[in-house]
Amino acid sequence: MESGRYSNIKIIANAKIESLKGQAGNYNVTVLKRPRYVDEDLCTACGTCVSYCPVEMPDSYNEKLVNSKCLYIPYPQAVPASYVIDPKYCLFQTKNECRQCEQACKDLKAIKLNQQAEHIDIQVGSIILAIGFDEFDARRKKAYGYGEYPNVITSIELERMLSASGPFTGKITRLSDRKHPKKIAFLQCVGSRDIETNAYCSSVCCTYAVKEAMVAKEHDPDVDITIFYMDIRTQGKGFESFYERAKTKFGIKFVRSRLASLERIHESENLLFKFVTEDGKHHSEEFDMAVLSVGLEPSRTAKELADTLGVKLNKEGFCQTNEFSPTSTNREGIFVAGAFQSPKDIPESVIQASGSVALASGFLSEVRGTLVEQKECVAETDLTGEDPRIGVFVCHCGVNIAGVADVKKIREYVETLPDVVYAEQSMYACSKDNQDKIKQIIKEHNLNRVVVAACTPRTHEPLFQETIREAGLNRCLFEMANIRDHCSWVHANEPQAATEKAIDLLRMGVAKARLLSPLKEETVPVIPKGLVIGGGLSGMIAALSLADQGLECVLLEKSKLLGGNLRGIYYTLSGNDPQKLLRDTIDKVTSHPKIKVFTEADIKEVTGYIGNFLTRFSIGQEEQTISHGVIIVATGAFEYEPKEYLYGENESVITQHSLEEKLALKNFNSDDLKDVVMIQCVGSRTKEKPYCSKICCSQAIKNALKIKSIKPNSNVYILYKDIRTYGFREEYYRKARNEGIIFIRYDDNTLPLVKEENGELRVEVFDPILGENILISPSLLVLSAGVDPGDNRSISKLLKVPLNFEGFFLEAHVKLRPVDFPTDGVFVAGLAHSPKPIDETIAQAQAAAARAAIPLTRGYVMVEPVASIVDSEKCFGCGICEYLCPYGSIKVISDEDGDKAQSISASCKGCGICASKCPRQAITMGRFTNEQIIAQIDAFSLATSDV
Amino acid sequence: MSSNVEKIGAVMVVGGGITGIQASLDLAEQGYMVYLIENSPAIGGAMAQLDKTFPTLDCAM
Repeated sequence: MESGRYSNIKIIANAKIESLKGQAGNYNVTVLKRPRYVDEDLCTACGTCVSYCPVEMPDSYNEKLVNSKCLYIPYPQAVPASYVIDPKYCLFQTKNECRQCEQACKDLKAIKLNQQAEHIDIQVGSIILAIGFDEFDARRKKAYGYGEYPNVITSIELERMLSASGPFTGKITRLSDRKHPKKIAFLQCVGSRDIETNAYCSSVCCTYAVKEAMVAKEHDPDVDITIFYMDIRTQGKGFESFYERAKTKFGIKFVRSRLASLERIHESENLLFKFVTEDGKHHSEEFDMAVLSVGLEPSRTAKELADTLGVKLNKEGFCQTNEFSPTSTNREGIFVAGAFQSPKDIPESVIQASGSVALASGFLSEVRGTLVEQKECVAETDLTGEDPRIGVFVCHCGVNIAGVADVKKIREYVETLPDVVYAEQSMYACSKDNQDKIKQIIKEHNLNRVVVAACTPRTHEPLFQETIREAGLNRCLFEMANIRDHCSWVHANEPQAATEKAIDLLRMGVAKARLLSPLKEETVPVIPKGLVIGGGLSGMIAALSLADQGLECVLLEKSKLLGGNLRGIYYTLSGNDPQKLLRDTIDKVTSHPKIKVFTEADIKEVTGYIGNFLTRFSIGQEEQTISHGVIIVATGAFEYEPKEYLYGENESVITQHSLEEKLALKNFNSDDLKDVVMIQCVGSRTKEKPYCSKICCSQAIKNALKIKSIKPNSNVYILYKDIRTYGFREEYYRKARNEGIIFIRYDDNTLPLVKEENGELRVEVFDPILGENILISPSLLVLSAGVDPGDNRSISKLLKVPLNFEGFFLEAHVKLRPVDFPTDGVFVAGLAHSPKPIDETIAQAQAAAARAAIPLTRGYVMVEPVASIVDSEKCFGCGICEYLCPYGSIKVISDEDGDKAQSISASCKGCGICASKCPRQAITMGRFTNEQIIAQIDAFSLATSDV
Repeated sequence: MSSNVEKIGAVMVVGGGITGIQASLDLAEQGYMVYLIENSPAIGGAMAQLDKTFPTLDCAM
């Protein structure tokens, strides 16, 4: 949605790349834009045409569960917000008849039935491929009956069913009888981890199945849900506790099993699951509905695109990349991000997106800003001495609002309010053409305040503010009433009440608007230099990436040497050389003219705010202070030091890291490798350390395979809870099984028992397949020790950035802002954020650098006009505001007048916590003054009978 | 790449799902001209079909 607002993003939808010429830095791309048969610029998405269109077709957005017209808008929030005609169904396109839509749109003339395909030539310096994935076609697994048995659906279909705006308004519905199912089974790994279809793991299905099951339970607590699976792979940040919650709080059943058959029961249209559990027992159970958790496949457009661009694909059909450069393709200047690189979830996709931007920007840094036109800034109209003249726009939002509330009545009421000189109804207040209209009306009617009654200010306020600004009004002379979420949505079945509430909200909004005054828009300059804390892989990559983007930076490392955990990694699962990566990266960092490295540096104090930080640190006895504009936290993590399984007591009990070192440095004798037992989840997924450390399964398999390659007749046992070799790592799990590595599963009730008898190690573990305990006397017991965040409290305090309850740094938004902190100008990458392997660390470090480069390259930050303002006469310096501010944006400063709070407007988000808690009411928030809020409350208390 | 190539301060992003949108926004914020090419009639990709997202159950829209 936001992307539609940027003048330097041109969206070309319904299009594909036809050809590529030129070379990196200066590519000539021809884009084929298929006809839409609707003029995007003219269409207001009013929807009138739809009622005239006589042709129905399956609605792809709703997974074809319902029909739409062949003249349609893909989904309500679509960008471009314009209708489109599907030529495969349109009567004019197929039979040269009908043309009713043209008639319906005869005033706007937006329907263009004779529109032709366009070939557009575009010159670009670089290309980022982010074509995503396609879902696995469940029909290919014939045995599951998808497409044949009505009550077998895919997980994506369930997703649409669960959506309130979906085909069944949020009700899970059996397609056979439209009844609500009471017993649902999920089947995992459909089109994943399956040599008949896709051998790799799709990485996301376990967690999305858990999510859908939980949402289904929220909709109906009585529904009985069972998830049939091989391993539960909830390896991402926060996912393990999510899975635990599903089991313990939601009562969702998880059954580890192999499915023998899925049969249709014709009379009831129920489904009979026949399955075999680990102990070899056969079971059968009947369900009302089956959900297939379909995997992620390469996009169906991948092959053609790769051929056109000369980009290589891997054997699975995803874009080929290297572990150490996860967002680079084989072609210079062409980068990749998201699920096209490998199946991945949203946070990882967003991280790679920003990561690829760092590379593209590094490649083009000298021409940055050359093609972007600066928007001409219209001078603000001086309103001194003018009385309020308010214009109100009441939005229909198609039928979203108007389908429930009486918009005409609302508008007529608003016209009676004081100082309202103009009121009108808009079909879509947010449409592009309506913005022009608003500007025109502001001029015509000399408006000096604007109120829009529509959807939520969270998404739409900036758009309208931009519009009134372009018409010469200060952004703060704007007020919004949310009559969609708060009225037509929550009171969908009470149109009368929805209308009345909308009227109340508008009366309040207008009352406030009368008191609005313009607020100054300021900018604060940014020191174009970054500070990176931590000299491990993520810190070094972040520093290099900033430097490659043309920006100076300082890298601080606490210890003597750069490299961090990477120093102890000697080989990777896919056979790359991490020690070479280490040497190369250190060389680049230490020789880069834009990077200054300080080792043995200890940070003493960080002050300031985005654009103007001041950091004091010591090296030995010496102290230094540097000023910089942004901070990247890349402080890493540690290997957990086990307290269990005789670690530290018996020297044959070691961790995976020490095993790797032994193997790499050949520091072992042949007998050491005779019988090796590895125990997974030591310091992970336990009561004390509940999170999954993500890397240990792959690490164990990597080391186990290494042992097998050194000594093929060795016995290697891996005792595990779930094997989490997600994505393409699955290949190595299969290889390990084929090479005779023995996997024995345990759970919290059957933890392995480790003893020392006569100086010999004994491991006793229950084998669920054999149904009995087995005893092993290992020559080496290797503990897969998890990732320990260490003590991050001091950095967290210095920078005023939060930690999660596990001790890792907590980002601003788990999904959409995975490398940002809530505090502006501070970013996070690598193990400090959460456990992750090398490729994800590199992508995240690059992502942090790309995000950090935004204020640095721009050179200034805009100050939010809604910022705290301290009345120093009233303030007595108690410091409550400083303590409570989540963004570190208000501080108590001592000077000759005593202690006084001072607002740091550059990073203030205008949340108002300080103002609401100030015992002296010394803090006001622009646009939310006490007078304005009281006026709103007074307006509300006007009885409805006065209306 | 020969050093005499005249570089262009524009980037093409192919694919308008969450990945492509995030890349476009970051590039635009950094001062590049961005062409966002989407195969289907609207951007949004797979995420636009999701109701809620794990692990916070936030709305996907």
